[in-house]
Amino acid sequence: MLYAILCYHDEDHVGTWTKEQDAAVMQKLSVVQDKLTKAGRLGPVARLLPTTAATTLRKDDPPVVLDGPFAETKEQLLGFYVIDCKNLDEALDVARDLGKANPGGAYEIRPVGMFTPGSVPS
Amino acid sequence: MTDTAWIDGALTSARPQAVSALLRYFRNLDTAEEAFQNACLRALKSWPQNGPPRDPAAWLIMVGRNVAIDDIRRSKKQTPLPEDEAISDLDDAEEELAERLDGSHYRDDILRLLFICCHPDLPATQQIALALRIVSGLTVKQIARAFLVSEAAMEQRITRAKGRVADANVPFETPDAVARSERLAAVAAMIYLIFNEGYSASGDTAEIRKPLCEEAIRLARLLLRLFQSEPEIMGLTALLLLQHARADARFDSDGAVILLDDQDRTLWNPKLIAEGLALIDKAMRHRRSGPYQIQAAISALHARAARPEETDWTQIDLLYGALEVMQPSPVVTLNRAVAVSKVRGAEAALEMIEPLAPRLSNYFHFFGVRGAFLMQLGRNDEAATAFDRAIALANTSAEAAHIRMHLDRLQRDAKPRGAKAGK
Repeated sequence: MLYAILCYHDEDHVGTWTKEQDAAVMQKLSVVQDKLTKAGRLGPVARLLPTTAATTLRKDDPPVVLDGPFAETKEQLLGFYVIDCKNLDEALDVARDLGKANPGGAYEIRPVGMFTPGSVPS
Repeated sequence: MTDTAWIDGALTSARPQAVSALLRYFRNLDTAEEAFQNACLRALKSWPQNGPPRDPAAWLIMVGRNVAIDDIRRSKKQTPLPEDEAISDLDDAEEELAERLDGSHYRDDILRLLFICCHPDLPATQQIALALRIVSGLTVKQIARAFLVSEAAMEQRITRAKGRVADANVPFETPDAVARSERLAAVAAMIYLIFNEGYSASGDTAEIRKPLCEEAIRLARLLLRLFQSEPEIMGLTALLLLQHARADARFDSDGAVILLDDQDRTLWNPKLIAEGLALIDKAMRHRRSGPYQIQAAISALHARAARPEETDWTQIDLLYGALEVMQPSPVVTLNRAVAVSKVRGAEAALEMIEPLAPRLSNYFHFFGVRGAFLMQLGRNDEAATAFDRAIALANTSAEAAHIRMHLDRLQRDAKPRGAKAGK
């Protein structure tokens, strides 16, 4: 089963990280990622640009394009992982590992229904 | 990250919202600032034990307000000293406050705080210093360092600015649409100033002044989150991101200026560029152009060119033309002339800037650019005269060194250059 781990955090807060702090967090996360890669369980990983760069398409009739993210909440979706796990417990384990590397915020774990690995260069 | 790092981060990110709400309560900058400081002290004690509150800003506003009210009461000696418990039961209070916090107040609060800092009575340097102190929460020492002045001098500058602002009576009522857009424009200009203060650093001070650029970007992002559909704020943010993306390529190891054409473009920050391009794309969709968007669009054309030869100078010329109409200024025309020299040659560009001479007779870049055009046309003696004048007007040692490089090249090309070369 594929699971998507969606990474939520307060953008204001993450925005206060210095370049060095940011790099340190990324470094810690890459340790967890490497482990998953070796096990052949890591799918696409994406870190999203700030929500100020986001645009939302409301599928009304006619469709409306709005500036900003889909939901105005304190914690924003900042990125996501796709990982291969036997069950939810395994997925939670991975999320816990990631959480140790980068505390704060929240992860939403969602089973993936349809998956294409894609072919865009990273 | 260590335990205190997350607290620092939370306090920094909550600061603009908390200070601006406290300012609404107390209508006095010093009281608001002091209340926030006191709340931070309590947070440092309470948060490591109890964990972070759900909404740090709401917590800080609540505690800051209570402590300040207690202080005021105490100083009036009307009530006995309060028990510490009276302010420690925060859970319910936080909930109530959080409800009132979301929504429109918050937006106008922060805008007001920023607007107070850029009051037209204040000279630009005081505006910047005040905003960095009050909104960003940089220490006087940090600001003094970035401005390359003594701590005492900066302290004085900020105190003076606060005094003037206190006398200025900025209204606390919710602004109407017109007042709001005026405030927004003034605040955007101030953020632009903060950025330029950092950006115009020379090589030896660039590292020290970088925080100014980063703070300006943070404030621009903050403003954009509050006004998500303002194309000019998107443009401003994009402009700052795209300019700052080149920070690591702008100076060589000796601190000498590296011009755009000669920069190692692999040193440009792709993440900042991606964000800047996304924002300017978004802004253009609104079809409400403005000076920041145009400047960002120019910067974007540079960012999109992997090599200098790929730069779309024709488009840049057109954009500067549009900027000239919107914001007529000899400096804009001077910039346009650089694009013109690439499209139609140095002769046409020189012709374009000649009429600017009386107005730019003390402007370093005018003579630098003029010298470069003359040099391209092989009029070396005139070029040397222009470069000499540029050196005399240089603001930083890096600027002077850069022009001297041109002069050296001229001398190499034409060894005997009259009396001057013999010196």
